[in-house]
Amino acid sequence: MIAASCAFAIIAIAASILLNVYRLIIGPDVTDRILALDTMVINAIGLIVVAGIVFGTAMYFEAALLFAMVGFVSTVAFCKFLLRGNVIE
Amino acid sequence: MAAFIEMASAAFIVIGGAFLFVGSVGLAKLPDTMRRLHGPTKATTLGIGSLLIASMLYFLVRHQAVGIHEILITLFLFLTAPVSAQMIAKAHIFRSQELQRTLPLDAGGSGWATLAGQANSPKASAPSAHPVCASNPPRSQSD
Repeated sequence: MIAASCAFAIIAIAASILLNVYRLIIGPDVTDRILALDTMVINAIGLIVVAGIVFGTAMYFEAALLFAMVGFVSTVAFCKFLLRGNVIE
Repeated sequence: MAAFIEMASAAFIVIGGAFLFVGSVGLAKLPDTMRRLHGPTKATTLGIGSLLIASMLYFLVRHQAVGIHEILITLFLFLTAPVSAQMIAKAHIFRSQELQRTLPLDAGGSGWATLAGQANSPKASAPSAHPVCASNPPRSQSD
């Protein structure tokens, strides 16, 4: 049962990453593209967590934690650059 | 008991995957940037939360141990998702000219702090003594 639900979750997350790529390509403004990248990072975290359940190892959570931190910092850096023209003033 | 926990874990995995998909559909289909912010920031934190609860239950059954990584990821994501959403909203307000015309007045009457660096904001158009400050106005503390 775990395997079937993990297969469903992987398919759903793959479809949502494709939707994020669609928004990333057609996004009318830069902020839409930043939002699409942020959502893509969150989807990647979900994919890593599901992969950790599938393979039965707890080692992937470190990767998920790193993804969460790098995704947040990159989103804030992009927005800061748009707002101020500089990341670190 | 173990079979029940595994069933609950499978249900949480399905719920999490469905919520991640719903958030991305909202991101792809909603018509406006401010409306597009709602989909990912709410639904994906719920989806990631369900997936991490499922992972905690699964590793509780399998290894008889509660991992601290899931709690760390949950805490970090729940703390940072509103911050990044607010930063994206501020960048969108800063860049969108037609949105700035429809902004309500702020309580202090000194203009929006997000727009303090722009030429058409009331704070930036005030005369400044120093020429360097006129070309690069100081940012307010509430920014």
